[in-house]
Amino acid sequence: MDTPLANPVRSIFEGKLRDDTVIVNIGPSHPATHGTVQIIAELDGERVLRTDVHCGYLHRGFEKECEDHTWHNLIPYVDRLNYVSALINDFAYCDGVEQLMGVQITPRCRYLRTLLSEYSRLVDHLTCVAAGLMEMGAMTAFLYLVMIRDYMYEHLAALTGARVTHTYGRIGGLARDLPAGWLTRLEEILTQYEDFIARVHALVDRNRIFIDRLRDVGVISTADALHWGYTGPILRSTGVPRDLRKDTPYLAYAELDFDVPVGIKGDNYDRYFVRMREMDESVYMMRQLMDMLPEGPINVDDRRCTFPDKTLVYSEIESLINHFKLVMDGPSVPAGEAYCAHEAPNGELGFYLVSTGGGTPYKVHVRAPSFVHMGGAHRMLDGGQLADIVPTFGSINMIGGECDR
Amino acid sequence: MATADFDTLRQRLVPAAGPASLSHGMLVFALAPAELMPTVQRLKGEFAFDLFLDVTAVDWLGQTPRFEVVHHFYSTVHKVRVRLKTRVSEADPSVDSLVPLYGSAAFMERECHDMYGIVFRGNADLRPILLYEGFVGHPLRKDYPKQQEQPLVPYRT
Amino acid sequence: MYARTIPIVPATRSKDASFEYLTTRKDELVGWARKFSLFPYPFVTACCAMEFMAVSASPYDTDRFGAALPRFSPRQADLLMVVGTVTHKQAPILLKVYEQMCEPKWVMAFGVCATSGGFYQNYAALLGIDRIIPVDVYVPGCPPRPEMVIDGIMQLQDKIARASHPIITRNF
Repeated sequence: MDTPLANPVRSIFEGKLRDDTVIVNIGPSHPATHGTVQIIAELDGERVLRTDVHCGYLHRGFEKECEDHTWHNLIPYVDRLNYVSALINDFAYCDGVEQLMGVQITPRCRYLRTLLSEYSRLVDHLTCVAAGLMEMGAMTAFLYLVMIRDYMYEHLAALTGARVTHTYGRIGGLARDLPAGWLTRLEEILTQYEDFIARVHALVDRNRIFIDRLRDVGVISTADALHWGYTGPILRSTGVPRDLRKDTPYLAYAELDFDVPVGIKGDNYDRYFVRMREMDESVYMMRQLMDMLPEGPINVDDRRCTFPDKTLVYSEIESLINHFKLVMDGPSVPAGEAYCAHEAPNGELGFYLVSTGGGTPYKVHVRAPSFVHMGGAHRMLDGGQLADIVPTFGSINMIGGECDR
Repeated sequence: MATADFDTLRQRLVPAAGPASLSHGMLVFALAPAELMPTVQRLKGEFAFDLFLDVTAVDWLGQTPRFEVVHHFYSTVHKVRVRLKTRVSEADPSVDSLVPLYGSAAFMERECHDMYGIVFRGNADLRPILLYEGFVGHPLRKDYPKQQEQPLVPYRT
Repeated sequence: MYARTIPIVPATRSKDASFEYLTTRKDELVGWARKFSLFPYPFVTACCAMEFMAVSASPYDTDRFGAALPRFSPRQADLLMVVGTVTHKQAPILLKVYEQMCEPKWVMAFGVCATSGGFYQNYAALLGIDRIIPVDVYVPGCPPRPEMVIDGIMQLQDKIARASHPIITRNF
């Protein structure tokens, strides 16, 4: 056991700032950093003087894999970017490809994608708040929120076939339509959700301990947030109501009535509360969408991307060849490039797609909000206490799959 | 975004940045590497493009210049996006770094350097971010084989 | 290259015949105690973390199996649950954490990425953690359903129950 192990990173600290400081490694395998981020911090007692944030421990080669798969086959990879809200990744990617192909999705698909995007946002915020509170010791809140999240997972599994990484979006539509009774169960879940959220509000909102740990901790100003590329709930917690669903509406958001919650100080408490309020707004939007959902086909009737009906595939030669071509070569997307951005629970999730014609992409690049947020994380961590790293990092909601791709 | 705002912005941007094309609803400017920094300074200062979204590169293997560096910007005021593209050659794949203007450029330029080998002049910290110390090569280049692994820990036998 | 590896050795089971009755009873007792008090070290990286959280909470509670209390220090843990993809960048950290754990220790590969690299067959991912550390139970799935994880824990418990547990060895 004498030979040392390779060190995959190099710290940027040339030396210590002062003689009496300590440089500690909050290593990648740490519950507070979600197992994939390393923070090398220089401490003066308990106060953090400066930090060096290293990500990349979950770099799985997403972009290189995409260049080897057809436009359809890479949807599972896209799912596993922000794996907490998998459906939003699916829909943002499919939206980008549909823009390149010039395909218009059907009205039912549009409303259903909006409803499922808000459902995914609920799941993501539930996970973020649950994990954040648990890291500060609130096991009860974690268990409540994970229980309601589990109902949602089972419900989504009834629709998509998988609990976590759904792979439900398709180019030109969705994988399948809603099963019978799905919307009734959704209403039941939303009612139960309200009950559980009320309990978590009662436990946390005016609790002396949480206010002391979250208020005025991890503060970031609006100018700093924009300079360091923050979008999503973190930018909204500083006070600006910037939300892609309102500013550049896509899917069916232009027809919905919802508010954009903002914070006042840009600290951890505001981020927690912005997420709680956004969940309530999502539930409100989902109830509107359940009433607005029109009947009709789920997939657009376009041979270039939609798989033909199985009975036709087995009886007609044209459908057989169409199916064969779509599976083996992939949908042929005309040459060009597109950048399509959706409002993910973390911020602006953008897909930059480059096509040179044919069934496989030339390049698929993800503008991942978590990665950009890690670039500015040191602004929130420096100057605070060592123990403040835990709630601040939790409130940034760094998702490893998205950050490192 | 309102079409009228977009058109007026486009009319004001085109003299500033050069000929533009419209690609699926987004303004795209193709620039020479030397024009990049002045254009970005004007975008940030005059046209309120305060959010730097992304920098990445495309490897057009076989063409010269080989790499195309792509920047995306967003204006929270006008609610519109713009794309800047620059071509750099394989022999000297370097562009100016946007770190003096946008803090978020730091990590994104590190990633672009990791994956493609694009050198950002002015960014003092181009350490590997997604890859690790000791990794040789730039994986997203088209001539890097996908399954060529460089393990840090030797495998068990 | 840093030449630190854990060699692959076949499992041996040597017993002294004259004390066989006592040692089997002792092994059963120690095995029973160890299998129902697993302290997992959740080496959590990726999407499987969602199912790990779900299996730790209700209704799929791992507390029923004695494996609920995570210990975030390898010195205090005995079950290393590798949850999610391990990349080449993360591999030295995984090996270090494994080496810091005391005997007896077991490893569960949670998810296909830990088992074989999953569908990330490229330059970045370690194609299965058994390339660097020995694994006791593999739980495939992307991510595995909580019932599968519980099945994996139960199979590991059977394995622990059947194993021999030398309390006093030549080195101790």
